Amino acid sequence: MDISSLHPLVLALLVLGGLALVFGAILGFAAVRYKIEGNPIVDQIDNLLPQTQCGQCGHPGCRPYAEGIANGEEINKCPPGGQDTINSIADLLGVDAPELDAEHGTESELSTVAYIREDECIGCTKCIQACPMDAILGAAKQMHTVIADECTGCDLCVEPCPVDCIEMREVEVTMQNWKWQLPSPLAAVNSDIIASDRQTPQETKQEDTAA
Amino acid sequence: MSQLIYPLRGGVHPPENKQQSLQSPLRRLAIPGELVFPLAQHIGAPAKAVVEIGDRVLAGQMIAEPNGPFSAAIHASTSGTVSAIEARPIPHASGLWGDCIVVAADGKDESIDFVGCENPFKIDHESLIEKIRHAGIAGMGGAGFPSAVKLNPPPNNNIDTLIINGTECEPYITADDVLMQERSEDIIRGCTLLAHILNGPDRILIGVEDNKPKAIAALEQSLLKLAAEDLPGIDRVQVVSFPTKYPSGGEKQLIQILTGKEVPSGGLPAHIGIVVQNVGTTVAIWEAIKHGKPLIERITTVVGESLKEQGNAIVKLGSPSQFVLEQFGFQEKSCARLIAGGPMMGFSLPDSRAPIVKTSNCLLVPSHQEMPDPAPAQACIRCGHCAEACPAGLLPQQLYWYAQAKEHDRLLAHNLMDCIECGACSFVCPSSIPLVQYYRASKGEIRQAEIEKEKSDRSRQRFEFRQKRIERAEAEKEAKRLARKKAAEAAKAKAAANAGAAKTAPAADPVAAAMARVQAQQSDPAEQLAKLERAVNNARNRLNSAEEKWQQAEGDQKAKLESRFKQAQLRLQDAESKLHDFKQQSAGQNPAPSNPTSASPTTPLNIDSDDPIERAKAKAQQRLSMSPLEKAENNLSSLNDRLKKAQEKASEADDDKRAAMEAAVEKLKQKKTSLEKEIDELKAQAPLKENTATAETPVDPNSIDDPIERAKAKAMQRLNMSPAEKLQNSLQALQTRLAKAEEKAASADEDRRPAMQAAVEKLQEKIKTVEQEITEFKAQEEPAKPAESANESSGIPLDAASAAIEKAKAKAAAQAQMSDSEKHAAQVESLQQRIQKAQQRLDKATEEGNDNVDAFRLGLEKLQAKLKELESE
Ligand code: SF4
Ligand code: SF4
Ligand code: SF4
Ligand code: SF4
Repeated sequence: MDISSLHPLVLALLVLGGLALVFGAILGFAAVRYKIEGNPIVDQIDNLLPQTQCGQCGHPGCRPYAEGIANGEEINKCPPGGQDTINSIADLLGVDAPELDAEHGTESELSTVAYIREDECIGCTKCIQACPMDAILGAAKQMHTVIADECTGCDLCVEPCPVDCIEMREVEVTMQNWKWQLPSPLAAVNSDIIASDRQTPQETKQEDTAA
Repeated sequence: MSQLIYPLRGGVHPPENKQQSLQSPLRRLAIPGELVFPLAQHIGAPAKAVVEIGDRVLAGQMIAEPNGPFSAAIHASTSGTVSAIEARPIPHASGLWGDCIVVAADGKDESIDFVGCENPFKIDHESLIEKIRHAGIAGMGGAGFPSAVKLNPPPNNNIDTLIINGTECEPYITADDVLMQERSEDIIRGCTLLAHILNGPDRILIGVEDNKPKAIAALEQSLLKLAAEDLPGIDRVQVVSFPTKYPSGGEKQLIQILTGKEVPSGGLPAHIGIVVQNVGTTVAIWEAIKHGKPLIERITTVVGESLKEQGNAIVKLGSPSQFVLEQFGFQEKSCARLIAGGPMMGFSLPDSRAPIVKTSNCLLVPSHQEMPDPAPAQACIRCGHCAEACPAGLLPQQLYWYAQAKEHDRLLAHNLMDCIECGACSFVCPSSIPLVQYYRASKGEIRQAEIEKEKSDRSRQRFEFRQKRIERAEAEKEAKRLARKKAAEAAKAKAAANAGAAKTAPAADPVAAAMARVQAQQSDPAEQLAKLERAVNNARNRLNSAEEKWQQAEGDQKAKLESRFKQAQLRLQDAESKLHDFKQQSAGQNPAPSNPTSASPTTPLNIDSDDPIERAKAKAQQRLSMSPLEKAENNLSSLNDRLKKAQEKASEADDDKRAAMEAAVEKLKQKKTSLEKEIDELKAQAPLKENTATAETPVDPNSIDDPIERAKAKAMQRLNMSPAEKLQNSLQALQTRLAKAEEKAASADEDRRPAMQAAVEKLQEKIKTVEQEITEFKAQEEPAKPAESANESSGIPLDAASAAIEKAKAKAAAQAQMSDSEKHAAQVESLQQRIQKAQQRLDKATEEGNDNVDAFRLGLEKLQAKLKELESE
């Protein structure tokens, strides 16, 4: 049968139908071949959360809360992350950034780490069981101690200790983590300003007289 | 041959103020009484101290070694004694204190023998680098980058240009200028040596701003003079001068001026084949290699209107700034502030004790007129001056907005990290906005955020790993549980089959049923028995060693060890009772197989029986061969002994112990009466039992050997023994233990008492439950024989125990009140609160039957011990 003998309408239908099939097949293949594992938005949100795993948001960890947010939960429940985290999640999701929900706790200025007063520890291992970070080192009937570098300061080990020998301590400022502070725009005189070698009133006067 | 100059983009012309310090000649400062050497004088890992307090050190002696490749050594700059290694004020923008080695100088200034070398150009690259590192040389222009690292670029970077930086563009500072005038020959020699280290680059350029004509002249003269000498590569050395402009001395800026090349963003000069060294560093390297003299002094400009004289001086590293300033007639009152470095890139020193370090090129102490407080910042008027001034081609005004809004992404997109913090933008800003401060702070924030990001990623990993581990453990437990369940079911099925077989036999009796039950419970009795025995042995060993240690220990340790000892005891008891139970069970099981009614299906068990079982049998037999009556009588006699002893002790004891002793005696007496009663009962039953036993034994025709047979008989007997009797047995055992514990508690000294009492209390609880069971049982079986005595005896000690605890608490409270010092009292109080809390928790845990009860109790005991200790102080 000669193709050209077909009715133009039928021909058009055939061609379009064929194209639809071809593209459908390509798309279908691509969908299988380049399948994205997991829920990308949850991963992105999880990336922004501080990973303190403290459970103050009401979820058993940061990822569950990320999933909660992806399912429409409020984004202002994470006190350790604070306003910065809320802002960046709001940015990501394209919503307005709300204030931190005080119901879940307040943002603290200083980061803390747990510290075990070692001579009081009775080695009950209860803190190890509580620590989501595996940041406590110890064994039954042995003294326990916190690996400060791994501790996120989540507080969860303080409560279970039967002898109350765990306390939260502020992270000390050292040469390694010290940084300059932003100048306060309100401070009339900031004594740390450099580039202060501008012309002094005296010099200006001299120049004036010279002129 | 004249070098082409490429103009610097941006830049500013601040007042140079260089004349002040050039008026007086270079001088050498005296040795201060105390020198302070910060361990972190360079970028990278702080050095590691290799001296100890009290060591005598000589000038040039290494007192701290480089800690890893990215580090530099530190040397004493004069002779003296190490007086401290501690945190001291150091020259750092943060004002934080850092670890320092403090040397008390003896004024003799003795030095080690510096070992130089005849011809440094013959030494190979590696040893030269090593020498430089051990001479502790770090960039002396201000940054303090370890020179050994800089001179050892990655092998794939072919270095074609070496630049010696003599620019010194920062106002006020003239240290390098003076150095170039005084040591021009060493600079030329040094740069040929550097060229040698770098494998002979094509060009060696010494860049000097044209506001230092004397320095340029001196360098050119020396170059001509040295050309005659045989220095490899001297023909490639050029002195290049270029117009003065701030900040042409920046490394990247200087490269641009001299070569027209731009260092890529985030890259290093070595990436485009260039290495830059400061003139000061060049001289230091030459001295270190040629003369073997490490970096122990430097030229520092001391300048500012609050000094009587201003000038340059050769300063021993480690001299306190205060000392240096005093040598120049420092008038502290007129000083506006103390600045380390120049006015553009330096920073205020909050503490004038901070020492001169390798990077200290200038101490600036301006008067209030000279450097008034900056004017208050005003709003940005978007004039764009800052962008014109920026030598790095950035948009300072944009950066300023983003820094305020903390938009790190945009800051990065606008190349904040390429800002050299030169301060040119701040300098030109008509609104006096401290722009650089914003950039410095933002850079810090971004770095911090990166560190935190990294940490949170690690946290996530750890958390997820933990999650997985817990899941896996759960799954394993579940699998094991399932397996056990299956095994139990299989065993049950087997037992059911056995029971079916047994049913066909004429006399299917309760023994068969019991056997089936026991079989279902235990898959491999031999193994279990061995395990239990091992546990008992372990526990006993541990107990012994704990006891030994405890007896040897003193003071603090004693309390700690005691709780451990007690635990070991508990564990041993636990293990023993388990073993005991098991043996009872197996004793009940073993005779069953050869029971005539169910002989055929269970014979395999006997054939399989190996050593442990035989042993167990023998043991069980021994135990069983002792009739309950005999046992009770044994108990009675031992009880009598103990009673006598206790009475003796009670009479000897002093007043406050007597009460406890007497209570113990009383209890022993009670127990004696109850035991006697039991014996009577047993005697009444005995004949009956013997009958049953003899009646059963001959029924066994298939007997394998004698002991087994007897064990079987005894087991039969046991099976026939009423549960009430069994309970009685265990009650007896418990009571013995209680008595022992009470005795111990009574004779214990004060600080051990609570621990003992806790143990007593525990035992009493156990006794009470057993007794309750007995009463219930008796009430069922023999309503006529009410077990009143048992009930009574259980009531009394329990009350006594709690009363004792109450007493201890009251005592503690009273003692706490008595203590004079308030602080002490507060401590005691807080401890008491914690005890209370612990007590509550313990109570709760006990109520819930939580398996952490032991831990809680231990905690409580420890707290109490601590309280005692505190109170006794
Ligand atoms: S140590 Fe304590 S505060 Fe730190 S992560 Fe573990 S549970 Fe949280
Ligand atoms: S919970 Fe407290 S007593 Fe127990 S192991 Fe941890 S720190 Fe030690
Ligand atoms: S120089 Fe100052 S006022 Fe002008 S645009 Fe820059 S920041 Fe704004
Ligand atoms: S401080 Fe930074 S932004 Fe400002 S002029 Fe210097 S390089 Fe440019």
